[in-house]
Amino acid sequence: MDEELEEIRRKRMEELMMSAEWPDGPQEVTDQNFEEFVSKYNVVLIDCWASWCAPCIRLGPIIDELAGDFKGKVAIGKLNIDENRDVPMKFGIMSIPTMLFFVDNQHVDTAVGALPKANIEQTLNSLL
Amino acid sequence: MEVLDVAIIGGGPAGLTAGIYASRSGLKILMFEKGISGGAANTAPWVENYPGFEAIEGMKLMDMIGAQARKYVEVKAGESIESLANDGNEFIIKTSKGEYRARAIIYATGSVHRRLGVPGEGSLLGRGVSYCATCDGFFFREKKVAIVGGGNNAATEAIYLKKLGIDVTIIHRRDALRAEESLQNTIASMGINVIYDSVVEEIFGEKKLEKLKLKNVKTSDISEIEFDGVFISIGDIPQIELAKELGVGINDDGYIDVDRTQRSSIPMVYAAGDVTGGFRQIITACSEGAIAANSAHEDLAKPYWI
Repeated sequence: MDEELEEIRRKRMEELMMSAEWPDGPQEVTDQNFEEFVSKYNVVLIDCWASWCAPCIRLGPIIDELAGDFKGKVAIGKLNIDENRDVPMKFGIMSIPTMLFFVDNQHVDTAVGALPKANIEQTLNSLL
Repeated sequence: MEVLDVAIIGGGPAGLTAGIYASRSGLKILMFEKGISGGAANTAPWVENYPGFEAIEGMKLMDMIGAQARKYVEVKAGESIESLANDGNEFIIKTSKGEYRARAIIYATGSVHRRLGVPGEGSLLGRGVSYCATCDGFFFREKKVAIVGGGNNAATEAIYLKKLGIDVTIIHRRDALRAEESLQNTIASMGINVIYDSVVEEIFGEKKLEKLKLKNVKTSDISEIEFDGVFISIGDIPQIELAKELGVGINDDGYIDVDRTQRSSIPMVYAAGDVTGGFRQIITACSEGAIAANSAHEDLAKPYWI
């Protein structure tokens, strides 16, 4: 019984630790920290964007909202393709905005364009 | 609930200018923009026909107009409209975040890119198929792309891509470009190839775009040409779904039907900009927005139909 309680207590502490560590809002992801970011969380969304791209800027506030809505469930990163060339090359990105989805460090889906929030939510929920 | 005088739907050049004029005439207004303000003009590489600016990037110009408009009008950005109705007195606007009432509506909902509708277009989107040269030109430097279209937008995008160091070919279905002569001269002097009288029938590629199948519309000859990318710039489709909810009259070309005062077929409903068709320039969108705001102001003070 004590062991069970201890186990519950430990799990609860882990959850609390996780939520405390969970980033606020989308995180900046670069070629250097990409692998680390994607492997650190179960479900990850990377928004590939650039400052000259109007649809990317249109998508920005939606990404911000999603980072809040899915806090603790989906880690959201933003990768500037102008400053980071390796990740876009690796994933064959030829159009922005492009969203890359990962589950357990595996690339599972790609979405191109400034999609409506509901569409992105649907994809994220299907991955959880 | 406080009732707005005017709800402006859309934050491109037409909506923003309508906001400036309506607010300055003393009307209580709100603007709803589902994305960010600026509209289609945001993706123009540059604009050389808006008076006061010899050449300015589309996004820069729209940022400036947006900043000016925000001095007068509250913009509900990222708030999309889910339904529109009229209870006989006022318009009821339900959005993703709340409900509003307004005595008049100005539609400035703009348009979306027209698609070619050929095999491969959807599956190779983001793999060589693009609708935004300013967004994606970056990925095609030192490569070979086609631009499909013959109007001002297609021509400006072709020049923009050529300047990025891309091998550019324009594919146009007619025997002459529709773009203004100054752009045509630039295209000729820069050595941009043009394939006339031809349409794209299919887009091929395994992992990414590899080639286009073209058909000459005069000879019916078929050819296949290798490209790394294709930018599609064949015009726009007006966004009229919301207008249809109120039963606003739509003309044969699919645009909202308005008169010279931007009044639609329904009292207290106005439209401006790309959604009304016509010349579809930033300057004409601004002009129509100003006129729509003035008409709304007149009708709120003294309804013309009474």
